[in-house]
Amino acid sequence: MQITSGIVFRTLFGLGILAFLARPEWFESALGLFVDPNMPVVYRQGNLFFLLLQHLALVLAATTVATLVAITAAIFVTRSVGIDFMPLSRSIVSIGQTFPPVAVLALCVPVLGFGNGPTLVALILYGLLPIFENALTALRTIDPAVLEAARGSGMSESQKLMRVEMPLAMPLIISGIRLSAVISVATATIGSTVAAKTLGEVIVAGLQSYNYAFILQGGVLVAALALLIHDTLMIVELRMQRLRRPVSN
Amino acid sequence: MIKQRIDKLGAVIALIAMPALLFVPFVTFKANRIVHGQPVSVYSALPTWAAACLTGVTFGVLLSAMIKTGVLVRVLAACLGLVTVLIAIGLAAIHLTPDGNSFVRVSTASGFWLMLFALSMLLIDALARLRPQPVARMLLLLGGLLTIAAFVMSGLWNELSLLKEFSTRADGFWREAWRHLALAVGSLLAAFAIGLPLGILCYRVEKARAAILSLLNIIQTVPSIALFGLLIAPLGWIAANLAGASELGIRGIGAAPAFIALVLYALLPIVANTVSGLVGVDAAVSNAAKGLGMTDGQILRRIELPLAMPAILTAIRIVLVQNIGMATIAALIGGGGFGVFVFQGIGQTATDLVLLGALPTVALALCAAVIMDALTELATRARKETATA
Repeated sequence: MQITSGIVFRTLFGLGILAFLARPEWFESALGLFVDPNMPVVYRQGNLFFLLLQHLALVLAATTVATLVAITAAIFVTRSVGIDFMPLSRSIVSIGQTFPPVAVLALCVPVLGFGNGPTLVALILYGLLPIFENALTALRTIDPAVLEAARGSGMSESQKLMRVEMPLAMPLIISGIRLSAVISVATATIGSTVAAKTLGEVIVAGLQSYNYAFILQGGVLVAALALLIHDTLMIVELRMQRLRRPVSN
Repeated sequence: MIKQRIDKLGAVIALIAMPALLFVPFVTFKANRIVHGQPVSVYSALPTWAAACLTGVTFGVLLSAMIKTGVLVRVLAACLGLVTVLIAIGLAAIHLTPDGNSFVRVSTASGFWLMLFALSMLLIDALARLRPQPVARMLLLLGGLLTIAAFVMSGLWNELSLLKEFSTRADGFWREAWRHLALAVGSLLAAFAIGLPLGILCYRVEKARAAILSLLNIIQTVPSIALFGLLIAPLGWIAANLAGASELGIRGIGAAPAFIALVLYALLPIVANTVSGLVGVDAAVSNAAKGLGMTDGQILRRIELPLAMPAILTAIRIVLVQNIGMATIAALIGGGGFGVFVFQGIGQTATDLVLLGALPTVALALCAAVIMDALTELATRARKETATA
């Protein structure tokens, strides 16, 4: 595979982003091509680097909460106490994911007002579903022979869960977390329409003043953030699969 | 013994719905569209007889939900509860609106939504246990849509703020609905026309596969509004600097960047599923076809593509649902669609306007999901039948 060309592309792209954040004036002439001569070229109503950090923080917070809730819920419905909730939770997962993120976001506003609050809640609610779905699939599809062997070797229910089921389910759960985090980056971007502090602010400001340079730099930064998160979690996932392989053989 | 007769899920649903009925405001009353609303409970919002009926029916439904009963009983109980709540919300709006006063706004409040949520969970759970066949699922969907249409047509909901927002912009509503559908379905068709050949190419030429799929993966990762933004700048530049481009409808802001972005997003599911569908075709089958003297093109058209159909249909389902959701964001860049109402509503902090945009979007996505799921299941079954025949 062209792993090397991928790495080269990503490194160059990352360096370009860092250079833009540190020295935006280097890019002024290039961005200036997209706007009228008297328009501002680089977004200065807020520090771009801080917006990037706030965007990242919002996504991290939401994904952490969503992960904890989703995994707990998935464990609950796969135990005998919670089995009554299994049919409903599977339906909720498939129906819930048809809800557009914008709708979830917009409907949080009347309850929570404007700002980071509704965005965080929308990110958590929407981010839950892919993680829950993957955790559920992973826990349901573990080979019964493996579970039987765990029970046979004298493990208690909780030992079986922590030492056998969770490790086996982990790669799929991580891929759910990756999906959820990438969706969250996108939803957080739209969150700036309800006054959340994210990079979406730059794009929205550009759309309001027909400033294509703002739209472009906001778009590139958001894309970079999404790719960074995607790649990081992908690496974690691949590592985990590699670690598992000798065990399952 | 009694412990075994209690349905856990029903108990949880009752724990949500009972307090919602008794203690949470059912509607919000506003003297006009702009002022702050006052919460009104079920018992002040409805005439006494109606409040008594609603309470009685809700308690009955929840009691039946808490006891382990047949699935069909639960379906009927949930439907009865839902219809009663939907009638009650219309009656509350009529009851609270003084005759001839067109300024007063009565909106749905959290109590109503909680009850609706709890009863829907009851219905969804019962339906999930019933496991209806694909055709039955589509009929159920049709039934649900007809019920809502009947409510809207009957005039029972006319005094609700949501319906007032609708009636003041009925023309705009249908225009945006049409644009939303055109954007979502049009980009699906375009993506299909590009993605299917691309998928076949990826299947045949293994070297191209990894490169194309990883490029499409990167595109999929880029958030929609960012991708819109990345397309706006070059399209705007083309429109400004290339003679005749703007006459063709190519503009930086508008439906063009939204359409292109939706097509780009749709390519990954279509290409990836076409490839996996084709890869999954049993080699013995295509070898047998080759033995019968079929050409590669014939094998592809008559054997491989039909066998890959369920996977391709699954991709169409994913894309359609995804497009319907993302088309909402097109409104931000002037592309129209239901998002127009959502973002106007956010701007005016008018919840009912947000709902006017959000509810049809959700309904549309849900219909697309149910219909496509049913079609995929029917296609898979047909395939299995021909395989065994």
